[in-house]
Amino acid sequence: MSKFKKKGDSEVPAISTSSLPDIVFMLLFFFMAATSMREVSLKIIVKMPEASEIKKLEKKSLVSYIYVGKPTEIYQKKFGSEPRIQLNDALKDISDIGQYLVSEREKQNEADIPFMTTSLKVDGETKMGVITDIKQELRRSDALKINYSTRKLIR
Amino acid sequence: MSNRKVPEINSTSTADIAFILLIFFIVSTTMNIDAGINRKLPPISDEEIKDAPEVKERNVFIVLLNRNNALFVEAGPLDISELKEKTQEFILNPLRKDNLPEMVLLSEKRDKALAAKDLSKAKEIQRAIDIFGDKWVSKGVVSLQNDRSTKYEAYIKVQDELMRAFNELQNSLAKEAFGKPMDDLTEQEQDLVRVVYPLSISEAEPAKIGGK
Repeated sequence: MSKFKKKGDSEVPAISTSSLPDIVFMLLFFFMAATSMREVSLKIIVKMPEASEIKKLEKKSLVSYIYVGKPTEIYQKKFGSEPRIQLNDALKDISDIGQYLVSEREKQNEADIPFMTTSLKVDGETKMGVITDIKQELRRSDALKINYSTRKLIR
Repeated sequence: MSNRKVPEINSTSTADIAFILLIFFIVSTTMNIDAGINRKLPPISDEEIKDAPEVKERNVFIVLLNRNNALFVEAGPLDISELKEKTQEFILNPLRKDNLPEMVLLSEKRDKALAAKDLSKAKEIQRAIDIFGDKWVSKGVVSLQNDRSTKYEAYIKVQDELMRAFNELQNSLAKEAFGKPMDDLTEQEQDLVRVVYPLSISEAEPAKIGGK
């Protein structure tokens, strides 16, 4: 019987994984705080242009979105490859914008209605004709605050 | 006697649970923050305004993007890199040229507002005078025109350059008067800066000519 065990006999102690949940929870909280829920699934391709003089949109609940762009490949058979307008989850026509804005307005408090903004998320390749029609439609619906959504360009 | 220890709850699976939650959040959320160029559209009126205020030609800065995305400023072609400086020259009119817009003193504007019985406006202008001194204000308006087949990307680029021209002027004034950039000022202070450098960009309806 020896007091000293041979070194070869001792096993490498297992790495403790008790802090693993803590690490994962930390990641989880980071993602919960830093991200926001996806609201719509896009049926069109929107690659927004870049700009540097941009302002962040505050109060997301007061923002209604209008997406414009070419339909993705799956939808091109049905809707063609010309730029289309997407409101919520469906591809719509310009004439539907008024109706859409009315339904967006109904969700809001009456006091908040003047602060509502319409965010235009438009693909860079789109022709201005469509945008102009949308703008006219917005004016007709009295939704005058707009935001040309862009990606950030760092100069 | 039962002095047996309560067995510890096995917590090895918390990691798995947390992972599931984590993956769910990664998949179902997006990170992008919404940002963009803010604009206000002019209100529409049923009948055309008959007595629209006549704007002198020297007070209008015409920026035209044609269907080939080429930029024309005051009827002459211009590179987009020069647009910012040209716009600032138009707003400031530093040499008081005849072909650039008329300049008005803040005190004159205040007296005009008083004469029109627009007290809140006169008060605001007076506050601006107190802070910035009696500055010259341009009467100029930038008119951005485009064709129906202009590319959106080019249009945004021009919008961005115009905004940059205005923002730079507002920022320099804000720094001079408050020692802070425009973004750090309170709403009221920002409004005062905008009295001196109003953001006067008009987006004209495009000419109907030219196909899609």
